[in-house]
Formats: sequence, structure tokens, C-alpha cells
Amino acid sequence: MADKFKLKVFENIVMPHLDAAYNLARWLLHHHPDTEDVVQESFLRAFKFFDGFRGNDARVWLLAIVRNTCWTWLQKNGALQLTTPFDETTHSLEYTDENGNSWTSNPETLALQSASDKTLRAALEQLPVEFREVVILRELEGLSYKEIAKITGTPPGTVMSRLARGRGQLQHILVDANQRDEIG
Amino acid sequence: MNCTDIKRLIHAYIDAELDIDTSVEIERHLRQCTACAQLIEQQNQWRLLIESNAVDLYQKAPAKLSKNVRSALREADRAGAKPFAISWRTGGVGIALVLSAIVIGNVAPLFGIVSNQDRLGNEVISSHVRSLMADHVFDVASSDEHTVKPWFNGKLDFSPPVHDFSAQGFTLVGGRLDYVSNRSVAAMVYRHEQHFINLFAWPASPANPANDTAGSNIENRSSQGYSVFNWTQAGMNYWVVSDLNRDKLQEFVRLLKTPAR
Repeated sequence: MADKFKLKVFENIVMPHLDAAYNLARWLLHHHPDTEDVVQESFLRAFKFFDGFRGNDARVWLLAIVRNTCWTWLQKNGALQLTTPFDETTHSLEYTDENGNSWTSNPETLALQSASDKTLRAALEQLPVEFREVVILRELEGLSYKEIAKITGTPPGTVMSRLARGRGQLQHILVDANQRDEIG
Repeated sequence: MNCTDIKRLIHAYIDAELDIDTSVEIERHLRQCTACAQLIEQQNQWRLLIESNAVDLYQKAPAKLSKNVRSALREADRAGAKPFAISWRTGGVGIALVLSAIVIGNVAPLFGIVSNQDRLGNEVISSHVRSLMADHVFDVASSDEHTVKPWFNGKLDFSPPVHDFSAQGFTLVGGRLDYVSNRSVAAMVYRHEQHFINLFAWPASPANPANDTAGSNIENRSSQGYSVFNWTQAGMNYWVVSDLNRDKLQEFVRLLKTPAR
């Protein structure tokens, strides 16, 4: 009898986070056609491991599983580039210090306030996956460093430095794009 | 705190990840250092830019994904079901009637006189079993006591104590209104591994002792494989029912009885 209710409880506690799961997978996999399959696979794995779920936060628990499943897919499909393709040091407009902070101008002065979400989306897509995932989990899911650390399996300090570098790169990309628009 | 420290903590600061003391120290520095203040402001503006576009950037799941995931889960559940599991859906009502009869029949003494305690025991067991059979385990599903407890407001004439014990292995999964001994009661549902526990609570009423439980001593009994514990504490009657083994359920009871919260 208890087995029958595992599904019911799972549906009540875990299914509400389907959007969060899809959002993370979509951003990690660049909206690859396999995205929905990967999400489905994540949910099946979550269901299999549900007996081991002891905590309060089903969203964090589920997203850790989704993240793992996505990274496995990326590795299997040769899409994982852990080296950043973006060379931060050759930028002449701003500089990045040892903490990964870049001193770009204020987005207001660059009239980026009206930057379309399409521009932002394109910029986010360019980030290396280990920076992108932290930015997405922080800015779109509103998760804390501790929660992001649990999901990514990295220490909170690493979360913070990847977030700093991810934000820095994002700013570089957006400033670049803005300048190109102004010139061209 | 100097400018180097500030630069290290910019993101933690704008994300409100720092403790009060550190934040205060940072703010003290910012009041005297316009360079750092400008830095913080810039980074915060960038953060707000993303935040203001968050709704458009967020990718919601397509409708068919929800449907596909649900049927995949049902399939997995069916595949994992034990071969002798009774299908409660088909013929569920008939089985419910039979089981209730067995439960009531066994607890009542042979010569037909049922004590108040036995009567209450029968009722809570029936209620527990019925909730599981009718697929009506909870009306509010949440592990957050701050969601479940207020849910009872306006539905009951008392405020039941609601606590989550996930750390000790008993996860609050939701709440439900139920009706026991001619009054509305709160049912808090917990889960330990694959077992459900129903915790019933209602106020003790000296004016109507027939509704009250035995007193502050914990009584326990078992019937048809269900373990039952009951006691009165701080003016509230408590009944705990589960198919969990008695020792484990007793652990749960001890957690509930702990006065300090």
C-alpha cells in the first residue's frame, strides 16, 4: 500500500518544480532538442531516489539531480568546455582584477536599461557553462549561495567566485554588443 | 575593513549573503569611500538589469512535458510495484468496507461493550485507513510548518501544533481536515521512508470527557498491523496512527512530546 502513495507524494512535492527543472536544463543545454528528454530522465531518477529524500527543500534536491543529469549529457555529447573561450585579459575597455571583478561603466550610462531580453539571452548563452549555471540559479531562481553550492556540488566560495566572473563576462559581452550597435 | 576586502565581498554584499556585522562594517566603509560606493552601485545596477528581465528570461516547461513526465512516472511506478499489491482503485470501496469492519470488530471487546478509548481508537484507525484508500491523504501538501499551520486557520476553532521533524527522519508532508468523535480535528500527515503517519489533534474539553483521551500517560495499542499512540498534553488530545513498527512510531511520539521548541 505504501508504494502506491510514493507517486502521490512525489507528485505533490516534486512536480511543482517542473518549470525550475526545465529552465535549468534549457540554459545548460542551449535548448538542444534533447532538453525535454533530459528533464524527463531527471524526474525518473528523482523518483527512483525519492525514498532517500529527507530534507525540506524539494526544489534544491531536484535541481541537483537535474544539474547532474545535464552535465552527464554534456560530457557524453562532447559539449562540455570547461575552459573559457572568452579572453578577459585582452579587453581594452575595462580590466578584470584578481577577484574577477570588472570595472565597466554603469549600465545606465551605457543606455543598457532598455537592453532587450533577446540581447541578454544571447549574452547568457555565451557564458561558459560553469558560470552560466551559477548566474541562472542566482538571478532567475533566486537561490542562495548555499543552495547553489548544494545543487552544483561545489563549495560556496567557488559559487561566489564563479558568479563574480560570470557577471563580469556578461557585462563585457553586453558592453561590446552595445558598442557595436552604436557604431554599426 | 579596507578597499581590498570590499572588492572581495562585492557580490556577497549585493546578494545579501553576508551576516549583519559584516554588512554594517561594509556600509561604514562605503560612507567614507566614494570609489567603493561607486563600485558597489555599478555592480548592483548590473544585477538589477538581469533581475528586471528575469521573467522574460525564465523558460517555463512546455505543456506536453508535464503530461509526458507524469505518464513516465506512472509507468515507472507500475513497473516498480510489488506483485502482491492490491489495487485500491478498482473495488476500493468494497475493500474499504470490509477492512473497516475487521478493524472495528477486532478492537471492540467480545461482549460488545466499547469503552470510549476503544471507540476513539477505532475511529482514528478508520480515519487513517480511509484517508489512504480514498487517495485523500492531505488537503494541503507542504513540508513547511509555516504553510501547513496557517492553512488550518478559519477551518478549525483551534490552532493545532504543527512541526516538521525531517532532521529526525519524519517529514511533514501535509495536513487535512478530518472528523473524529463528532468534531472537526486537524490531521497532520508525516512520512517516514515509505510509511505514512497520521497525527490527529483536537482540544481536550473537560466539559465533554467522552471526547478526551486517557490523560497525559501515553497509551498504545495495535490493531490489524496499525500502531496507535494517544495522550493528552497542554489541553490537546493527540492520536498517532501508522503501519510503521511500534518502536519507530514511539520515537516519533517522543519528538512530539518534547516541550521545548
